[in-house]
Amino acid sequence: MLFFNHFGRYLLMLKGMFTKPENMRVYWKEFMHQCVEIGIGSMGIVIIISVFMGAVSAVQTSYQLVSPLIPASTIAQIVRDTVILEFAPTVVCIVLAGVIGSKIASELGNMRVSEQIDALEIMGINTKAFLILPKILACLLTIPMLVVLSMVLGILGGRLAGTATGILSTDTYDMGLLLNFVPYNVFFALVKAYTFAFIISTIPSYYGYYVKGGALEIGRSSTKSVVVSCVMILFADYILAAILLDK
Amino acid sequence: MIEFKNIKKNFDGKVVLDDVSHVMETGKANLIIGQSGSGKTVLQKCLVGLFEPNAGEIIYDGVSFTTMNVDERKELRQQIGMLFQGSALFDSMTVEQNIMFPLDMFTTKHFSEKLKRVNEVLDRVNLDGINKKYPAELSGGMKKRVGIARAIVLNPKYLFCDEPNSGLDPQTSMVIDKLILDITREFNMTAVINTHDMNSVMEMGENIIYLFEGKKEWTGNKKDIIFSKNERLNGFIFASEFLQDAKDMRMLEAKGKISNDRDMDELLK
Repeated sequence: MLFFNHFGRYLLMLKGMFTKPENMRVYWKEFMHQCVEIGIGSMGIVIIISVFMGAVSAVQTSYQLVSPLIPASTIAQIVRDTVILEFAPTVVCIVLAGVIGSKIASELGNMRVSEQIDALEIMGINTKAFLILPKILACLLTIPMLVVLSMVLGILGGRLAGTATGILSTDTYDMGLLLNFVPYNVFFALVKAYTFAFIISTIPSYYGYYVKGGALEIGRSSTKSVVVSCVMILFADYILAAILLDK
Repeated sequence: MIEFKNIKKNFDGKVVLDDVSHVMETGKANLIIGQSGSGKTVLQKCLVGLFEPNAGEIIYDGVSFTTMNVDERKELRQQIGMLFQGSALFDSMTVEQNIMFPLDMFTTKHFSEKLKRVNEVLDRVNLDGINKKYPAELSGGMKKRVGIARAIVLNPKYLFCDEPNSGLDPQTSMVIDKLILDITREFNMTAVINTHDMNSVMEMGENIIYLFEGKKEWTGNKKDIIFSKNERLNGFIFASEFLQDAKDMRMLEAKGKISNDRDMDELLK
C-alpha cells in the first residue's frame, strides 16, 4: 500500500512539472546551470573510474585466458564489449546515482525544510517545473554524454594497461577492437543511459521535494534516494537486457 | 482587504482550525496571535494557498481565492509578498540575486532598471553595501530585512510575515516591527503578521485576532488587550508576573487610584 502511495505521488510530481514556464529565460539559465553542475561536476569521477575499469578488465581478462589457442586480440574484444554493454552505462550510472542523486535530494530537501520552496510557491512559481524539470533535462542531456565518454576512456584504459603490462601490443589491441564489432551494442548502452538518467534524476527529486522534518530527515531521504535509485537501475538493467538483447 | 469565512483545516483527523472568520484590513498591521500550536501558521498558509482549507472561503478584495484556478492564483500571488520565519533566502544566490529573482521571473526590465529597484528596496530596509554577500554571511536581523526587501520588490498589495521576530534580540525585533509597520502604511498594504511576541503586539497591533486551540477566541487592537476580560487571552498575554503587575497598574491608573510614580513603585514591590 505504501509503495502505491509513493508511486502515485511520484507520478503526480512528474505530471505537475509540465506547465508553461513563467519566464523561459530564467528556466533556460537554470537548465544550463544544472548541466554544468551535473555534467561537468561529475566528469572527474567518471574519468577516473572509467580508465581504471578498462585497465582492470584488460588485466583480469588476460589472467583468465590461459589457453594458447585463444588469440590475444580477444582481450580487446572482451574489454570493448564489457565496457560498452555494462561497465560504462550501468556501473558509471550507479556511481552517478550516488554523486548526483544525493546532491539533488539534499539540495531540494534543504530548500523544502528552510521554506525556500514555499517562498517560490508564494511568488507564483511552479516549483516542480522550476526546480525539478531542469535537473531531469540536464541529466537526460549530460549522463548519456558521460556514458559515451566512459566507453571511450574505458577502452583506452584497457589499451594502456594491456601495453604497459606487456599483455598485448597496441596493434593487436586495436585490431581486436575492430573484430566482430556490433554497433547495436552502443545503441543498447545509450538506451540504458537515458533510462538510468531518468531514474537518477527523478527518484532523488521525489525524495528531496517531499522531505518533512529537519537536517536528520534530509540525510535519511538522501540516503534512501540513492539506495532506491541503485536498486531501480539494476532492475531496469535486467529488464532492458531481457527485452533488447533477446535473440 | 482579506476576508476569510468559516475556515476549517484538519490534519489526519486532528482539527487545527475550526470555523475561523475575520477581516484583515488594508493599510493596517493585522496580527494573528496565539500560543504555539494554536493554528497561526496554518491559518496564514491557508490564506496564501500553501494549504487548502477543508472548508470556508478566502476573499482578496472582493475576489474569492478559494474558487480561483491555478493560473488566477499565480497572478494573484504576484501581488503577495511573504517574509518567512527563517527568512527563506536562496542559499546559492547573493543578496542582490535573491531580491532580483522576482524581477527576473516576472518582469522584462533591463538589468540596470532591476538593479536600481534592488538598491531602492535595500535602501528602504536600511541595508547598504551587502549586494554581493551570501545569506550565510548575514546576521539574523539582516536576513529578515533582506527577506522584507525581497517581499516588497514587486510592490505587493498584501504582505504576510510569519514570526518576523523569531530568533532576534528585543532591540532588533523592534527595528523589524517598526520597518514592517512603516512599509505597510507607506505602501498601503494589507499586512498579516503571525506572532507570539508581546512587544510586537504592543508595537503593531492595529487589528488583532487571538487564536486558541484553532478557534477565534478574541479580536481587538492593542489598547483593547490591556483591558480585556477574556481569561484565555489574559493568560496568554500576561503569562509573566511582571506583565500582570504592569497590567494591574494600568487598570488602577485608569481608575484614578494611583496618581504618581511613587505609588507605582510601591505596587511593584
